[in-house]
Amino acid sequence: MSSPTGGGTFLGLPAVPSRPPYGTGNLRGDRAFPEAAREELGNDQLRRNLAKATRTIRGKRLAVTAELPDWEQLREAGAAIKTDTMNRLPELLEQLERKVTEHGGTVHWARDGVEANEIVTRLVQESGSDEVIKVKSMATQEIGLNEHLESRGITAHETDLAELIVQLAGDRPSHILVPAIHRNREEIRDIFRAGIPGVDPGLDAVPAHLAAAARAHLRKKFMTVPVAVSGANFGIAETGTLSVVESEGNGRMCLTLPRTLITVMGIEKVLPRYRDLEVFLQLLPRSSTGERMNPYTSMWTGVTPGDGPQEFHLVLLDNGRTAALADRIGREALNCIRCSACLNVCPVYERTGGHSYGSTYPGPIGAVLTPQLAGMDAAKNDPNSSLPYASSLCGACFDACPVKIDIPSLLVELRHQHTERSGTTAEKLVMRAAAAVMRRPALFTAAQRVTAAPGRLVAGRDEVVSRLPPPFDGWTDSRDLPAPPRQTFRSWLASEEGAATLREAAEEGRRDREGRAAGREDDDEEAR
Amino acid sequence: MRIGLFATCLGDTLFPDAVKATAVLLARLGHEVVFPPEQTCCGQMHVNTGYQREPVPLVRNFAEQFGDPSLDAVVMPSGSCAGSVRHQHEIVAARYGDAALRARVAAVKAKTYELSELLVDVLGVTDVGAYFPHRVTYHPTCHSLRMLRVGDKPLRLLRAVEAIDLAELPEADTCCGFGGTFALKNAGTSAAMLRDKTDAVRSTGADVCTAGDSSCLMHIGGGLSRIEAGTRTLHLAQILASTRTAPHPLPQPEATR
Repeated sequence: MSSPTGGGTFLGLPAVPSRPPYGTGNLRGDRAFPEAAREELGNDQLRRNLAKATRTIRGKRLAVTAELPDWEQLREAGAAIKTDTMNRLPELLEQLERKVTEHGGTVHWARDGVEANEIVTRLVQESGSDEVIKVKSMATQEIGLNEHLESRGITAHETDLAELIVQLAGDRPSHILVPAIHRNREEIRDIFRAGIPGVDPGLDAVPAHLAAAARAHLRKKFMTVPVAVSGANFGIAETGTLSVVESEGNGRMCLTLPRTLITVMGIEKVLPRYRDLEVFLQLLPRSSTGERMNPYTSMWTGVTPGDGPQEFHLVLLDNGRTAALADRIGREALNCIRCSACLNVCPVYERTGGHSYGSTYPGPIGAVLTPQLAGMDAAKNDPNSSLPYASSLCGACFDACPVKIDIPSLLVELRHQHTERSGTTAEKLVMRAAAAVMRRPALFTAAQRVTAAPGRLVAGRDEVVSRLPPPFDGWTDSRDLPAPPRQTFRSWLASEEGAATLREAAEEGRRDREGRAAGREDDDEEAR
Repeated sequence: MRIGLFATCLGDTLFPDAVKATAVLLARLGHEVVFPPEQTCCGQMHVNTGYQREPVPLVRNFAEQFGDPSLDAVVMPSGSCAGSVRHQHEIVAARYGDAALRARVAAVKAKTYELSELLVDVLGVTDVGAYFPHRVTYHPTCHSLRMLRVGDKPLRLLRAVEAIDLAELPEADTCCGFGGTFALKNAGTSAAMLRDKTDAVRSTGADVCTAGDSSCLMHIGGGLSRIEAGTRTLHLAQILASTRTAPHPLPQPEATR
């Protein structure tokens, strides 16, 4: 190829591209995970509700995933489609934009939550309404849309039953799929009595009565509010089709009755082809609610004259997703389809609940997604930098994930990124010192000797250590530690006793094998 | 077979009886147990806590100690250390090592086994001739179960033990809450997980709770000791090494030791 300048011109070194900006909104708590968890761990009601609910969903999920002979192949397919999607996200998004526009919709691009909120607000204002009805949506929670609309004099009504409970209580959702998992029916009765205008003051806590009260309240909104805001589970690049899956049908109401529909979709929700839905409409309901199929699957493509909303806006939300995409390893977290299976199997989530994570996205996926979307500032005490450590790395989440996101490996990766950015900390010095000792066998054995004696002294006569100084007091608050033994393995092995024991074991084994062989010969004799 | 024994830093220092039992068991089965003397630690704690530069010398030392081609296999009485060798060493070597280290790590990885894998898959035995006349419940540790996928191999070994009374552990596949430095960084959550595990262990009425990892047993045992549950912990290797001629005595319950 010839160069117009004749070649040889030094163009300079390419500049390192700046990191894409992090997201804004409800992606950071106000305190570190261990602190927040401490409070939640003390809430017995929460612990009981969570244990019961997650256990039930776990059982249902296992039943409906085990019955499919090709479940593992479906997971493989889901992972492959999502990986392919992330590898060519820009072209797929442009294709989606083209198709939505061709079908009469309008596409808006929002770099972050602030821009998305402004776009939605402007669109609602242009419609002349000061109210919107909402389909359950993680993306709009992430950007704090309801609060932003409220600040502009627009009231947003959540229509998902659990989201309604959370909204009326002035609370925050604690689970991706079951936002009010931390509330029991008596609490819900009280919330409805206080929050639904004109509700029967004698309303009791019978689930059917509670649902009926919500239904009466919501029907009025469906019939009168002209603008709906939704999220999207999938956006098909090939056709421009958007899709929402739900259980109650309240989403369907919002997606069909109002004049204007505004959908806020994270850019990672795009799928290449219509037929990809075949995979995800099997993976998602079985993984999330433990159902073979969710009751309502809505799909719409732009605007259909005379049927459904006559104005459709799609707001494509980045809000840190490009930053996550830029991470070679961490980008795998963008494959998440928000099924919440990882929350339901997580022993940490089961005990601390969703609020401890401080983000719209709790649980194992939240612990890897939140720091990537919103960053984990290396400066001390960024609550997000505590999230990758909120896991025992037990791996239950990886096994449950329908798109096979290796969450434990991502957690370890993010921990590494955090320590790399943190400069020299006390912990790093300890880790360095430990490695420096352990890399030198002579030093290691010396360290074994010098720590054993004081360890045995601390343990005392019962050989149990029950009190340790910080930072190890967290251990001895609820666990003992055995005293170090008198002899390490390697010194035993080098001793006459060790050598004799192994000789005897080998001898015993030889006698046993010979005895068994002789026994077999005797049996053979008898058989003859 | 010439089998390289990795004691693990925790096993060597704090739980030598589990490592002794591993050596005795393999010797009894007729194998040559080799202990490379310069071995120390696999670096799992470093990697799991977020440190990947610091353990490079540990990864290198492990590969050098066990790379000896005359060793047919490398075994360790720890699911999580075997998991570290098989899944984490290559990550550390790829990021901070050189080509030579990456090659060594791959070679050692291919012959590294956790104890139950070595016995069942490589040596082809499930009945190791053990005798242990006590009520036992088995906790499948997370890394054995979900990182190494040992499946029911430890249970098959235990079922073949003469006179054993094996009690099924409820919610067995749930984490005990150890997680290395997790138990310190999130001590409260870890303790809540532990409490449910020790409740499950107690509900079995077992004399002994066993597992394939001394670190998880240290955690569960520490909890059982604190609540004076009366249940002891023993490594799987200690049960498998126990025979009629040299039976493992039932240790003192954790709390009264």
